[in-house]
Amino acid sequence: MGDELDTAIAVITATLRAGTPLVFAAMGELVAERAGVLNLGIEGMMLVGAVVGFMVAATTGITPFGFVAAALAGMAAAAIFGVLALNLMTNQVATGLALAIFGGGLAAFIGQSWVGIPLPGMELPFPEPLRQIPFVGPVLFGHDWLVYLSILLVAGVAWFLRRTRAGLTLRAVGENQESAHALGYSVLKIRWLATLFGGAMAGIGGGYLSLIYTPQWAEDMTAGRGWIALALVVFATWRPWRVLLGAYIFGGVTIIGLQIQAAGASLDSNLIAMTPYLATVVVLVLISRDVTRIRLHTPASLARPFHPEA
Amino acid sequence: MAALLELAGITKRYPGVVANHDVSLEVAEGEIQALLGENGAGKSTLMKIVYGLVRQDEGEIRWKGQAVTENSPVLARHRGIGMVFQHFTLFETLTVAENVALGLDPQAAGPDLPARIRDLATRYGLAVDPMAPVWSLSVGERQRVEIVRCLLQSPRLLIMDEPTSVLTPQEADGLFATLRRLASEGCAVLYISHKLEEIRSLCHAATVLRGGKVVARCDPTRETARSLAALMIGKAPPELAHRPSRSDGPVVLKVRDLSLRPSDPHGTNLRRIGFEIHAGEIVGVAGVAGNGQRELLRALSGEDPRAPQAAIELAGQPVGDLNPRRRRDLGLSFVPEERLGRGAAPKLSLALNALLTGNRHKLTRAGLIDAKAIDRRAAEIIRHFGVRAAGTHAEAASLSGGNLQKFIVGRELYEDPKLLIAAHPTWGVDVGAATMIREEMLALRDRGGAVLLFSEELEELFLLADRIAVMFHGMLSPPTPIRELTPESVGLLMGGAGFDEGDAGRAQAH
Amino acid sequence: MLRLTRRADPSRTLEIAAPLLAVALTLVVAALLFLALGKNPLDAFRAMFWRPVQDLYGLTELGVKVTPLILCAVGLAIGFRAAVWNIGAEGQLIVGAVAAGATALQFGEEASGPLPWVLPLVMGTLGGMAWGAIPAFLKTRFNANEILVSLMLAYVGGLTLQYMVHGPLKDPMSFGFPQSASFTEPARLPVLLETTRLHVGFALALIAAVLAWVFVTRSYQGFVFRLSGEAIEAAAYAGFSRTKVVWGSFLISGGLAGLAGAAEVAGPIGQLQPSISPGYGFAAIIVAFLGRLHPIGIVAAALLMGLFYVGGEIAQMELQLPIAITGVFQGLLLFFLLGADSFVRWRLVVAEKR
Repeated sequence: MGDELDTAIAVITATLRAGTPLVFAAMGELVAERAGVLNLGIEGMMLVGAVVGFMVAATTGITPFGFVAAALAGMAAAAIFGVLALNLMTNQVATGLALAIFGGGLAAFIGQSWVGIPLPGMELPFPEPLRQIPFVGPVLFGHDWLVYLSILLVAGVAWFLRRTRAGLTLRAVGENQESAHALGYSVLKIRWLATLFGGAMAGIGGGYLSLIYTPQWAEDMTAGRGWIALALVVFATWRPWRVLLGAYIFGGVTIIGLQIQAAGASLDSNLIAMTPYLATVVVLVLISRDVTRIRLHTPASLARPFHPEA
Repeated sequence: MAALLELAGITKRYPGVVANHDVSLEVAEGEIQALLGENGAGKSTLMKIVYGLVRQDEGEIRWKGQAVTENSPVLARHRGIGMVFQHFTLFETLTVAENVALGLDPQAAGPDLPARIRDLATRYGLAVDPMAPVWSLSVGERQRVEIVRCLLQSPRLLIMDEPTSVLTPQEADGLFATLRRLASEGCAVLYISHKLEEIRSLCHAATVLRGGKVVARCDPTRETARSLAALMIGKAPPELAHRPSRSDGPVVLKVRDLSLRPSDPHGTNLRRIGFEIHAGEIVGVAGVAGNGQRELLRALSGEDPRAPQAAIELAGQPVGDLNPRRRRDLGLSFVPEERLGRGAAPKLSLALNALLTGNRHKLTRAGLIDAKAIDRRAAEIIRHFGVRAAGTHAEAASLSGGNLQKFIVGRELYEDPKLLIAAHPTWGVDVGAATMIREEMLALRDRGGAVLLFSEELEELFLLADRIAVMFHGMLSPPTPIRELTPESVGLLMGGAGFDEGDAGRAQAH
Repeated sequence: MLRLTRRADPSRTLEIAAPLLAVALTLVVAALLFLALGKNPLDAFRAMFWRPVQDLYGLTELGVKVTPLILCAVGLAIGFRAAVWNIGAEGQLIVGAVAAGATALQFGEEASGPLPWVLPLVMGTLGGMAWGAIPAFLKTRFNANEILVSLMLAYVGGLTLQYMVHGPLKDPMSFGFPQSASFTEPARLPVLLETTRLHVGFALALIAAVLAWVFVTRSYQGFVFRLSGEAIEAAAYAGFSRTKVVWGSFLISGGLAGLAGAAEVAGPIGQLQPSISPGYGFAAIIVAFLGRLHPIGIVAAALLMGLFYVGGEIAQMELQLPIAITGVFQGLLLFFLLGADSFVRWRLVVAEKR
């Protein structure tokens, strides 16, 4: 009985941890897409964030600095996308692909002498006694800072989009860029801000992997999470709280696979490693088959270049 | 009294075209002034300059006698300028209140906004529900949202860009009443239109633009529609009188009990549509945009092949579930309402655009494109229809709206169709091109072809059609010979009078 | 303040110059990067771009590298022209390699005739097609985004290869190394030039490029694909089925990627290993764009990208430059190309503040 409870706690904790980088990356992309920007380069931004965050944290010994650096690095990567896709109006799909490839290459390049270095840990937010409460303690209070921050992020974005004037403006730009422009809103400025926010969040998501989740740096350590985050935004039909749900489902799928393996099932580890990718495909199929629903929620100006003359 | 708004020597150049050249005009308080001109005359650019969306290259704007140095839509609104755009600046998924809020300063859009919208709406007879999502509104209601948004800022000048092109005659009368009332309260109105009769009845003064220049100022109440048209196009307007059809041929198109749910979540349900078209006649379809015309056109063209096979018969064959190419093989041609992107591929050459709907057996050989044949075909269309283009290799996007439309109409008429379906073929086209397109449709009819013409302009329908039907909420009234109709009676049908409103026509979103 | 204004007509000069400009800019950044790393840029360039091509063997090695790039990129370009975004060519390549490998392992030393090497190529092509058919099916049947599905399947494809070389196809005599047995001589691709590794696959790649050229520039179906990509509404209006275009794009690009994988394992590699591609399927995306989605341009672009690979290895050995630098250059090149492309239709002007 006690063992099963421990297993349950372990699974819940591991699920939240596995889902957290996805929450950050997907929330950033959600905001960008609600403003009409389709940035497929999350994988690249996450990797750049992961490696830069790691380098800063390992150098300074202060993990929070690592996260700040990760966010800035993600923003810098997003800025490349911004110049091309927003200012020069390049094809957003191709530009995002380029960013994914470039980010991976750049991260591998600057991070190669940082492979296998240990990192200092980060203190947990809640005090020991709280965490000692049976079951409730570890489940509610036993996680790291970023897990809680990611939930706050979702709440913040939901509030911002739903309740604030700036959020309304952002949605308006994503919905109909020509109208927003005609009413005097700077489509470009709002998209730039949304793109940078997306980059920062992807950077933090990547930083979580290298600073807390693993915690070390390895080439291509995101293993497709940036792409899964894109799928999550579709799964969530562009609504914040569903991103959280989706991220935890994916986290759960990953963890349960590992649990099965740990339980001694004779499944090849490579087959188990396929589960998150296959789950992504299944989820995409399930959500996309309702064409009407997708069309109803997709920001109407998504991936459309904007120029005031046009 | 100093003029409210003064434009002095406004010039705006775009690459390859001067949109406005040394334009000056004055608007006084309480005045309704018409800005008249053909498509491409520079009316919209001029108004965008006033509204701060575009900056002039030369010239000065003066507001209440003061030179305007900084301009933007926000500053223009602060001055008291409101603008109702021809293509509404609304956001479909947002509510009316949210849409209105986006056009106001943040501090002016507090939680009492819905109440203020209702208040203002009752005062001016502009009924709208603040909480309704915009996609659920009719075109007329959407325009009211735009007007309410402007009026909430107590404007001193209201710019209206082609406001009646989407309204029934009765709705237009309601709009005129609102505008006259605003003018009597001291608000100036700049009224952009190419509809001459309504300018004569509504406006106190008119400025006429042609080729970006002011060519005349006049008192429209002292002009005739013909004299205004002559000012607008610079020569006597072409005469095109109604010619009744000579004979009723066999049935070419038969639609029977066609009902269809929309594939677009914001679309309109088609409900039990039935009618026939005979060879040698033009049937016009009137109606306010958004009443199912798009859906019906797609079902007829085959772009939406979900109709039951027997619901649509073309030349005696059931075609409801056939794709557009199979229907074209049976003698159907179609001029869609969007020229660029649907009727023609923007970045492809005119030669390849001729291949788009051209008969592939004549234009290809062993699966390969016959480059000479498509070139010849495009050249013939260009020559016959007087299309102004750099050649058969010019991109479709490089043509002006009128020239591209002539090319598309020419392409669709090339293989001498049994039935031509044309959706708003003269919309946004200059008078010369419009006249030519109308002549060609009449010529096809006189050769024994049938034409199904969708138009929002009643004048055009009464000029060309032999019978007119009206679409409303996805239903179609029986086509009626035009001698039994008047613009007023058609207008009433467009407003829904005489339709059985047993069940709601609009599709509900999920 | 700088602003973009639309050109009245697209600039034909820039259309041709943009890829060259992008390459030049990439080289400038590369030179700066080498300087920052304390290397002489001239030495580095010599190692990367001259050493590989100064003798016949080097040229044939370049030919070996460009073979999978051309095959993948030519197929992808047909899809990209139709706005069908297959970015999982890497997965289709790997699955094609697995299918080819499993087939090749059935032939012993005593086999004769062309069948032992032709059949693996055919099976590899079919394998790539099958892998490409999944996103095509899910897109056309369920509207699932083909970018994400094809990419997810690239990961699954990679793991499938891992599973195969650790499990079912593992050589029992490999002393625990995760790899298959070496293919027998009859199952290896014939070489085109004695004493080099340049194999039949290179010729197939060139043939594929020529056929693709005919398809995209001359054929009616090629017109339909392009139309579907550039103006989907116009294609629907004309009555062309989007479903067929999606299927066609994925079967062509998947098949060619599968063929590329088959040629890799049956050609230079000679067995199944955990790693059979240094990301050819992804690099081919860049090659496709750099080549203007045009088969002949792709051959040229593939030569350049192949140089990055061969030269990168030489630079790594001789100058201790990290091999990851290849990925940086690839990304940079695509960025510069996309940016330069904008100026074909837009002109940069200095304008007063509005």
